[in-house]
Amino acid sequence: MASPRGELPAWVDVGLIPLLNLALALIVAGFVVVIIGESPLEALGILLNGAIGSLKGWGYLLYYATNFTFTGLAVAIAFHAGLFNIGGEGQVYIAGLGAGAVGIGLGFLPWPLALPLAILACMAFGAAWAFIPAYLQATRGSHIVITTIMFNYIAASTMVYIIINVFRPAGRMAVESREIANIAMPGFRQIGLWLGVKLPNTPLNVTVFLAIAAAWGLWYLLWRTRLGYEIRTVGANAEAAIYAGIKPGRIIIIAMLISGGLAGLMAVNEILGVQHRLVLEFAGGAGFVGIAVALMGRSHPVGVVLSAMLFGLLYQGGTELSFAKPAITRDMIVVIQGLVILFMGALEQAFRPWLVPLFLKREA
Amino acid sequence: METPALIPEILASSIRLSVPLIFACLAGLWSERSGVVDIGLEGKLLAGAFAAATAAYVFQSPWMGLFFALIVSVAMALIHGYASISQRGNQVISGVAINMLAAGLALVLGNRWFGEGGQTPPLPPEARFMPLTFSGFAALRDVPVVGWMTTVIAGHSLLAYVAFATVPLTAWALARTRFGLRLRAVGENPHAVDTAGISIAWLRYRAVIITGLLCGLGGAYLAISQSAGFIKDMSAGKGFIALAALIFANWRPFRALGACLLFGFLDAAAIRLQGMAMGGFTIPVQAVQALPYVLTVVLLAGFIGKSIPPRASGIPYVKDR
Repeated sequence: MASPRGELPAWVDVGLIPLLNLALALIVAGFVVVIIGESPLEALGILLNGAIGSLKGWGYLLYYATNFTFTGLAVAIAFHAGLFNIGGEGQVYIAGLGAGAVGIGLGFLPWPLALPLAILACMAFGAAWAFIPAYLQATRGSHIVITTIMFNYIAASTMVYIIINVFRPAGRMAVESREIANIAMPGFRQIGLWLGVKLPNTPLNVTVFLAIAAAWGLWYLLWRTRLGYEIRTVGANAEAAIYAGIKPGRIIIIAMLISGGLAGLMAVNEILGVQHRLVLEFAGGAGFVGIAVALMGRSHPVGVVLSAMLFGLLYQGGTELSFAKPAITRDMIVVIQGLVILFMGALEQAFRPWLVPLFLKREA
Repeated sequence: METPALIPEILASSIRLSVPLIFACLAGLWSERSGVVDIGLEGKLLAGAFAAATAAYVFQSPWMGLFFALIVSVAMALIHGYASISQRGNQVISGVAINMLAAGLALVLGNRWFGEGGQTPPLPPEARFMPLTFSGFAALRDVPVVGWMTTVIAGHSLLAYVAFATVPLTAWALARTRFGLRLRAVGENPHAVDTAGISIAWLRYRAVIITGLLCGLGGAYLAISQSAGFIKDMSAGKGFIALAALIFANWRPFRALGACLLFGFLDAAAIRLQGMAMGGFTIPVQAVQALPYVLTVVLLAGFIGKSIPPRASGIPYVKDR
């Protein structure tokens, strides 16, 4: 994606430019707060305190970060293969079917069997939803950006239909499934009770470890395996990859399957960890946050985890902020998200022309 | 109601629902024909709708509403233009950013200014573009066939007629004017245009501004003509349906009109089909709602016809290559 115009030291590329872009995004967001008539510094203070000033804040931060890590990794691996997967939102949503099907349909199974099965089902459903756009891109050249957007909408309609007509118990008004009773990802509060420690009530559950494992797994896959090398080669130059004996079509499909599977894991956190039932719109835009997270994390798993935590901080802090300052609603987070995507993604090279002479001089 | 009265009614509501699609679809057409991919149509529609409702309320005038919708939408289009043309950034990413910015800002500012959960206060008829009434047509209502046609054609707002007029205008401008021909050339082969000594950036910026204007019109139609104010997520995916229509139309103006009317008709039919049974089988409303997206995917897969986008679309222009 990046076309270097002049060499810069690696730390400038990986560290300084993202930080400058992030700062710019936050400054513009600060201006919006000024327009609203509030003090940006005070708002920042409340935001930080709400997110990292208490154990409860941290719990929520990490819960959000878990979601964003999955969707961020999903976008990241697609980026490595040179693909833009905007369909994370739909893949997460459909993956909920996996949790619902195992949790409700196979409710008779003992949990040590049902829980892994439910997790695998989430990945399988997410991957299946990514497979069709991937297959169409690989074999028929249909642009994956457009097809994944369309698939988000098709997923939304499909899920409304399925939840109403298949999963909703007769006689219930609310559009949601029966409770998934026999399997759940244990929450930290629950674990604390087992150990005799009193922890605040937060949605944080053991899925957070799954997120860390997924990040490590993706790093290992991309930089330590043959398949990862092939994915990165196709992303860097699909034509060169052909001469190296790699089939880009096959790699596109595999990369998108992994991407959809990673996105699908978010349903584990949300359905099996928090909601315990299939509800409408449970993805809640996290699929799109994944785009911002992957861009900010430069598609590296470590970067993705860190920027997922930053967005977790923004979400949790932003919620607290909207309680303290009703004028600054939670929608402010969406503004910041948009600004981050704009400055980190579309305008990422804006600072480069100024930085190049600065750092070249020093080296000469 | 009996069927004979139902058909013109459905057709009339199809037209009303397709107007924002026509504006957004043509907006996308201008941008993409010049080589700038725009998935931020949705955001610009939403921003235009919010600006229109706000200004129409403040000034109690639909014209001021329209004016501000155009300004705001063009401003967002220029951000996209700056990122895609001058900075040679990723156009898809920039479009995603525009969509988020519009959705977030409309709610944050709307909540601050009006305190009604992101809505704008309801507009009185004087502050809206109301359906136009043609005095002569009322007399024709009871004439068998002509009566139907007046129900379909008459009774739309000024902006709806503007939308329909924009289609031949776009077709003519792209096919017959010097600007339009150069614009299409820039979308297919920018190097050739550059060799002829014509500024690619300036051509593309002009295309992007037209995109902004058309999205502003579409947004204004949503907020101050079809509805009496702005509500949360009012564009509701119309920008993406327009994008689907654009692909469906193979980036051609008159086919775009046809695709938008088809998708508008599906939308109108989905509303009517709610809970309606046909021969013992209930068609799920969700299936009708998803149909435009499914059709687009099928088309993209090359099963019905072939879609050929402008060759240089999405590729930033770099002189030395």
